[in-house]
Amino acid sequence: MKRNSESHFARLTRRSFTLGAGAAALAAPAIGRAAGGPLKVGVLLPRSGFEAGIGQDCQRGVAIAPGIFKSMGLPELAIMDGDTESNVETARARAAKMISDGAQLLVGAFDSGQTTAIAQVAEQNGIPLVINIAAAPDITEQGYKFVFRNFPTAGMILSDAFADQKEVFDQVGKAPKTVVFMHVNDTFGTAMSKGIHVVMPKFNMPYTIVDEIAYDPAARDLSVEVAKAKASNPDALLLVSRLNDAMLLTREMVKQRWTPQGIMSMGPGWYEDQYFKTLGKLADGPLSFAPWFDPNKKLAQVLESALAKAYPGVNLNTNHVFTFEALLVAADAYKRAGTTDPKALADAIRTTNITDNASIGGGIQFNAKGQNDKVKDGGMQNRGTKPVVVAPKEAANAKAEWPMTPYQNRG
Amino acid sequence: MPFDVYLNVAAGGILTGLVYGLMALGLSVIFGVVRVVNFAHGEMMSIAMFLAVVLFSAFHLDPLVMLVPIAAVLFVLGYALQAALINPFVTRPEYSQFLLLVAVAIIIVNVLLIVFGPDARTVQTSYAFDSYQLGPLILDASKLYAGAAAIVFAAGLFALFRFTLIGKAIRACADNYTGALVVGLDVKRLYALTFGIGAACVGAAGVMLTLIVDVTPMLGPSYTLLAFVIVITGGLGSMPGALLGGLLIGLTEALAGLLFTPSAKSMFAFGILVVVLLFRPQGILGKRAA
Repeated sequence: MKRNSESHFARLTRRSFTLGAGAAALAAPAIGRAAGGPLKVGVLLPRSGFEAGIGQDCQRGVAIAPGIFKSMGLPELAIMDGDTESNVETARARAAKMISDGAQLLVGAFDSGQTTAIAQVAEQNGIPLVINIAAAPDITEQGYKFVFRNFPTAGMILSDAFADQKEVFDQVGKAPKTVVFMHVNDTFGTAMSKGIHVVMPKFNMPYTIVDEIAYDPAARDLSVEVAKAKASNPDALLLVSRLNDAMLLTREMVKQRWTPQGIMSMGPGWYEDQYFKTLGKLADGPLSFAPWFDPNKKLAQVLESALAKAYPGVNLNTNHVFTFEALLVAADAYKRAGTTDPKALADAIRTTNITDNASIGGGIQFNAKGQNDKVKDGGMQNRGTKPVVVAPKEAANAKAEWPMTPYQNRG
Repeated sequence: MPFDVYLNVAAGGILTGLVYGLMALGLSVIFGVVRVVNFAHGEMMSIAMFLAVVLFSAFHLDPLVMLVPIAAVLFVLGYALQAALINPFVTRPEYSQFLLLVAVAIIIVNVLLIVFGPDARTVQTSYAFDSYQLGPLILDASKLYAGAAAIVFAAGLFALFRFTLIGKAIRACADNYTGALVVGLDVKRLYALTFGIGAACVGAAGVMLTLIVDVTPMLGPSYTLLAFVIVITGGLGSMPGALLGGLLIGLTEALAGLLFTPSAKSMFAFGILVVVLLFRPQGILGKRAA
């Protein structure tokens, strides 16, 4: 019996070995992923190049995440850092390299053009991409199954921006009659420009756009642009910009001795710490209408506290909050999926329902296109070297001031 | 649009154009004498720009104070480059010179990238936000200082070539290479001196540009191209032509940005180049080839 038994075992092993080995080989990646420890998340940001300041700011949101996730009972993430060098083609190449290096989920990439390229790579490879910041509407209009955005589209930003602007005008009892619209001519700026002409008429705004000035986001000198805006003598400037050009524009306004009644930005640049640090008192006054955190939400307060501890003197902003929330979506999905299998992760992300988040709006949920349509803009004003929330009223912690103090009277 | 807007934009364009002119002057001097086209011109300027940035961030030395010392460093670099590397190529075919200098340019960009990274750096002087008002005219202090320094530097260069023995010897080499050899001039040393002077010009222009623009290693190629547009417009080999070309391009970019769309202002500079090439191929002040 014993011999027969041994013989049966031996026969079974011989006959089944090839089949069993093949099955094991096929199953190995899934098993490896499921039991492979922390989820490997490739975080692609413009850490160098003309958007480097903002990319490095986004990285702060990554750096404070592990401690907060631990306190929330969320699983650990293994972060792989990637640099898009503020360049679309580099973003595409780095995304492909990260996936080949084992990234199981991608997060990024601040810039719409770069994010569009990364989304194509993620979709082709079946790896989920959670967009931290990028507003070009097309990204979630392609029918992608692996691309998710917890950030408003250009249209959503504009709708909220106009609503918040009207709230600010009501608060201060004044409104500009004319504006000059200045914008970068990159993917985001062009999308916003197109959107403005479609969305603005629906809001019956008190002002008209008397001139529109597009400029290169990598421009080294904006003196002509500012002179042209000044020549139109508008009450206010309406802007879609980035960080470097926001600083260049401010410098030029100071040099050309011109302070409009208000500066209303509908994008990044004007609330960034580097803007405050570089310009000091000259940074005060501009209003930014952009996705922001709700200072009254508990998780926002936790983030503020963690950031203050890790980076003393750095104010919490959109870059930190939405990069953190992109990782929150990833960690939450990984916890619910219980696997690093990309398809299971994508399915888990699709059913995300995070109500205790930090950004303004009704939490994080994704529609069929992968877009969170609950997220809202805030209206912020630079005051005393930090931004305060002045709209919407449910998230506000200060009243708006209008007009701005002239640059020449700031000592 | 009010007249003072045109006045202010034109003034800004002229001041920037003066610095562009000085940059192109270096290229024109080198070509006029050595007959080698310096395809690493903008990249050499970015070396000077980074020197200014480093000296400012480490020791708070104002770029205008460092103008002459940095120009001197670039002179030594240019002299060494010509003496050690370019002199053997002077009699070789033009494509060979082109490849050599493009290689030098690529090496400079990549060394700067390795040392400083790709991020923009800026020099925040105490007068960075200052401007002077003269009636309706508002002049950016940084551009005004840079433009004035460019005029002084260019005047010094003209004086060197017109009134000094070395200047006369260099001009003799440019006018008649064989004749210069016959009368016993050390042509190779004079070529190296000329290349050094051209490098000093572009170094001085680079230092002044740090007052106006943020500095990155990738600036070099675009300024090389700009220098070519200027010298071809003004007349390759003509010193006054380089300055005139700089002024013309600076003014055109500024006014085109104001009158049309700012994002297309460079297009108008190239438009001028095309017009000049069509109707006066030797450049505005250039001499027609015999």
